[in-house]
Amino acid sequence: MNDMTPPQKMTPKDWETDQEVRWCPGCGDYAILKAVQRTLPEIGARPENTVFVSGIGCSSRFPYYVESYGFHTIHGRAPAIATGVKLANPELDVWIITGDGDALSIGGNHTMHVLRRNLNCQILLFNNEIYGLTKGQYSPTSREGTRSPSTPYGSVDHPAKPAAFALGAGARFVARGFDVSKNLPEVLTAAYNHKGAAFVEIFQNCIVYNKDVFNDFAAPKGAEDRQLWLKHGEPMLFGSDKTGGVKGITLDRENLCLKVVDVVDGDWQAAGVIVHDVRNRSVAHMLVEMPFGPFPMALGVLYDDPAPSFEEGVVAQNRKASEGKKADLQKLLSTGQTWVVGPQTEAADTGSAGSGHEL
Amino acid sequence: MASAAEIITPKEAEGALAPESVVVRFAGDSGDGMQLTGGQFTLSTALAGNDLATFPDFPAEIRAPQGTLFGVSAFQINFGSSDITTAGDAPDVLVAMNPAALKTNVKDLKPGGLIIADSGEFTKRNLEKAKYEASPLEDGSLSPWRVLAFDISQLTMDSVKPFGLGNKEALRCKNMWTLGLALWMFDRSREPIVAWLRAKFAKAPELAEANIAALNAGHAYGETAEIGGSGITLPQYHLDRAAQPQGLYRTITGADAIAYGLVAGAQLAELPMFYGGYPITPASSVLHALSKLKEFGVTTFQAEDEIAAIASAIGASYAGQLGVTCSSGPGIALKGEAMGLAIMTELPLVVVNVQRGGPSTGLPTKTEQSDLYQAVYGRNGDAPLPVIAARSPADAFECAIEACRIATQYMTPVMLLSDGYIANAAEPWKVPDVDALEPFPVRFLDAAQEGGLLPYARDTNLKRPWIKPGTPGLMHRIGGIEKQVNTGHLDYSPANHQAMTDLRRDKVLGIANGIPDQDVSQGQAGGKLAVVGWGSTFGPIHQAVRRARAKGQDVSHIHIRHIWPMPKNLGELLKSYDRILVPEMNTGQLKTVLRDQFLVDAEPLNKTSGQPFRIAEIEAAIEELLK
Repeated sequence: MNDMTPPQKMTPKDWETDQEVRWCPGCGDYAILKAVQRTLPEIGARPENTVFVSGIGCSSRFPYYVESYGFHTIHGRAPAIATGVKLANPELDVWIITGDGDALSIGGNHTMHVLRRNLNCQILLFNNEIYGLTKGQYSPTSREGTRSPSTPYGSVDHPAKPAAFALGAGARFVARGFDVSKNLPEVLTAAYNHKGAAFVEIFQNCIVYNKDVFNDFAAPKGAEDRQLWLKHGEPMLFGSDKTGGVKGITLDRENLCLKVVDVVDGDWQAAGVIVHDVRNRSVAHMLVEMPFGPFPMALGVLYDDPAPSFEEGVVAQNRKASEGKKADLQKLLSTGQTWVVGPQTEAADTGSAGSGHEL
Repeated sequence: MASAAEIITPKEAEGALAPESVVVRFAGDSGDGMQLTGGQFTLSTALAGNDLATFPDFPAEIRAPQGTLFGVSAFQINFGSSDITTAGDAPDVLVAMNPAALKTNVKDLKPGGLIIADSGEFTKRNLEKAKYEASPLEDGSLSPWRVLAFDISQLTMDSVKPFGLGNKEALRCKNMWTLGLALWMFDRSREPIVAWLRAKFAKAPELAEANIAALNAGHAYGETAEIGGSGITLPQYHLDRAAQPQGLYRTITGADAIAYGLVAGAQLAELPMFYGGYPITPASSVLHALSKLKEFGVTTFQAEDEIAAIASAIGASYAGQLGVTCSSGPGIALKGEAMGLAIMTELPLVVVNVQRGGPSTGLPTKTEQSDLYQAVYGRNGDAPLPVIAARSPADAFECAIEACRIATQYMTPVMLLSDGYIANAAEPWKVPDVDALEPFPVRFLDAAQEGGLLPYARDTNLKRPWIKPGTPGLMHRIGGIEKQVNTGHLDYSPANHQAMTDLRRDKVLGIANGIPDQDVSQGQAGGKLAVVGWGSTFGPIHQAVRRARAKGQDVSHIHIRHIWPMPKNLGELLKSYDRILVPEMNTGQLKTVLRDQFLVDAEPLNKTSGQPFRIAEIEAAIEELLK
C-alpha cells in the first residue's frame, strides 16, 4: 500500500462523482446523499478505504454518486456481499445502503444475520414505505390500507418496524433520522463511531409514489410536538411552550411501559422524565415502538452499546487456529494414512504425521 | 434410447470379474457402522498395496428406524492387483448384518457369490421389518449363492464380555468383529485399525479395548471356524499388490481432493481464500475440510443461506481474495442470480457443484450428473461461464486448481462439477509434488492506466483488471447493471449492450485457447466408435472400453474435462468416428450440447437410478452399437 502523507481535509465536493444523479427531482435521496457527503469529511473517512455496498431499488443507486469504492449488487444481498468484503479486508469502512423492500422483504434474512453477527459496518435503511423503482407497489413497511397498483383495495398486512426489527435481531446500535433533517449528519457520525453493526433508519420522502407520508412527524409545522430527539444523558423532552407545552417521557412503573407527561416550568425531574441512556436496551425496545397515540417519533441514537464485532472474532480465531502451524501444502497432502510404492513394489507404511484418515 | 438394466444376468456376471480383483460389499443398518467398517477396510487394503475404488451408499435419514429396508447403509469396495477404476459391478462377497441389508443387496451379488450373514439378527421381528415371510437363511431362496450364517451378534457379545459393557454398547462392536473377519479373509493387517481405534477412543480406553477384542475375535474366527454342516469353509483370498508408479500414496475422497485443490489453487494464485458455504448434502464435507485449514490463509464462513454464501464469496473476491462457494443442485439454483452478478462485474469466483439426484430435493445422498445444463445454461440473460468436470476423487484435485487458474486469469466465475459419488468415494492417490505445480500469481491494478482509470479495459485475454478497494486513486463503482465498455459506467444503450454481450461471450470462449487439446484416453483418433463421457462415469467407461478393445473391437474412450468452453479440437475429433456413444447419469445433457456445438450424431446411454454405471451396462451398449 502506498504510504501517503496526511492529505488536506476533504470537503463534501471531494466525495461527489462525475456521474449524473438519476433520482426524481425532489426525491428525499438527494438530501441523504448530501448529508452523507457532508459527514464523510467530518469523520475523516478516506475515499480509497471506503466502500459503499447497496442492493437494488432507488436508494441502492447511491454508491454511483459517492467518490469512493462502490458495489451496486443484487436485490436484498448487500449485507451478505458486505460481509465478504469486510471479512476479506477488515480495514475497509463499509457502508450498506438499502431500502425498506431491499432490507426487509427480499433481503430480510441477510439483514437479520448481519445485525446478529455484528459486522462492523453502517447500515443506512432508506424507508419510504413504498417500492419506488418498480412504480409504487406497497412495501413491508407500508401502513395498513395503503392503496397501490398491487393493492388497489388497500393493503391488509401489518407493516414491519425497521428499528424494532433491528433491535430484535440483536443490533447493538439503532438510530433514526429523516432525509431533510439537519441532525442527520450527527446521527451518521454516531453510527460511524460505533464499532459493530450500526443500523440507521432514515425516513425518506418518495415524492412520486408516497408523497409526504411522514408529514405527521416530519413536517416543519408542529415538528417540535411530534419529534423526540434523543441525546445520551439528557431528559426525553419534546414540544415547547409555543405549541402544546413541553412534554416528557416517563416510565409507568405499574404497567412497565412509557408514558407521556406534562412538564411544568421546565421541572422535568418533578415530572419524572427519563434521562436517555443509550445503553439501556429495555427502554430502547419501547422507544422503537414509537410513535403511537400521544407518543412522538423517537429520533437520533435510540440505542448504542458496542460488543465485539464479527470480523474481529473471525480474524482472531483464524490467527489462533494458525498459531504455530506452517502453511505447508506438501505436508498437508501427505497427511493421513500413507504408503510408499518403491522400485520393487515393496510397500511400507511410512506412518507419517497425522491420523486424520476419514472416510 | 438405451437405458441401463438393473438386474445382473449370469452372463454378465461371468465376464464382470477380472480374476485379479475382488468386490466386497458391507451392508447393515444405518446404525451398524458400515461406513466406518468400509472406511477402515479401505485403509488396510490401501496399505496392503492394492489398487482400489469404493462406493459408499447410505440413506438420507440420519437415524432411519432400525431394521427397515430404507435404513440400510452399504459400502462397496473393489480392490485388486490390476488397474481399478470403478467400485465394481457385482459384489463377490456380501456381508449382511440384518435381513433388510440382505434383501436390498442380494440381487446385486454375483451368482455363486458369498453371503456372510449375522444369523443373530434374523429374528421374527427383523424378518417382518424386511418384509420376509420366512427366513431366507432357511427357505432355500438363497440357493444361487453360498451362504455363511453365524450369530455375529452373540459372538461379539462373547468377545467383549470381559469389558463389562451394556448390551447396546457391546453390540456396537459388531462392525469391528465383522471387519476382523474380513481382514482375515483378505489377509490384511489389523495393526492400522488397532492404532486407529486407540486414537479414536483415547478418552474411553475400555471402549477401544473392547472394539479391539471384537476385531481380534472376528479375525480368530476366520482361522478356526468350522461351519457346521454347511460344507463351506471360509475362503481366503490372496491378492497381489497392484503395479503402481513409485512414490508416496494415500487414499483420498473427492471432497478432500477438492478442498486441497482449492488451497493449492489459492497458493498458486498467491491469494488468501474466502469460502462461503451453507450446509447441504453432499457438499458440506468440502466446507468441513476447509474449516480446518486456516493456517493456509483460508477463511470459511457458514452463511445464513446459499445466496449469502455466494454473495459473501463475491464480496471477498471484490476485496481481493479468491472467493469460493460450494453446494449441490438445489443450492446452486439459489446462487444463480449471484453468479450473474459475478459474470457482470467480472470478478473471479469458484463455484463447486457436488451434484446429486434431482430435481428439487431429489436424492440427497445419491449420485447423478444432471446439472450440466444448469452449469452451462442455468442463468438469466446471456451469462456464459467456464465449466470444468472432475472424473474421479484424485482428478478433483487438479480440476480445483484449474478452476482457480481460470477464475483468476480471466476474471470470471468458474463452475467445477463433482458429484456425490466422487465426493464420498475414495481411491489411492499418488501425492503430487507441490513444487511441480505451475504458479499463476495474480497482479492487482495499483495505478490507473495511461489516460485515466478504466476498470473495464481488457488485456489480450479480454480480461479486465482486478482492483482492490483500499488502493488509493482507483476508486470506481461496479454493479449488476450493464457496464459501459472500458469505463464500467452505467450504460443501457443498444450498441453498448451488444458490445458487452459479445465481449463476455468472447472472453469465455477464448479460454479454449488456454486449455489443452482434447485427448483420447484409450484408443485412437478415428474409428468406428467413440465413447464420450464426462465426470464420474470415467471408471465404468474406461473398463468397458478396455474390455471391448481386449475383444478386438474398434472403440475409443474420450473423457471431457472442459465442458465449457470445449477444447478447440473436440469437434474435429468427434467427427473422426463413425459413431459416438455418450453414457451419462442424466437424460442426455452432454449429448445435447455435443449435438448443438458440433452437429454430430451423439447417441445417448442414460441411467438415472442414483447408482453409478456398471461396466457391463456400457459394455453391452458398445456391443450393440458395433453389431
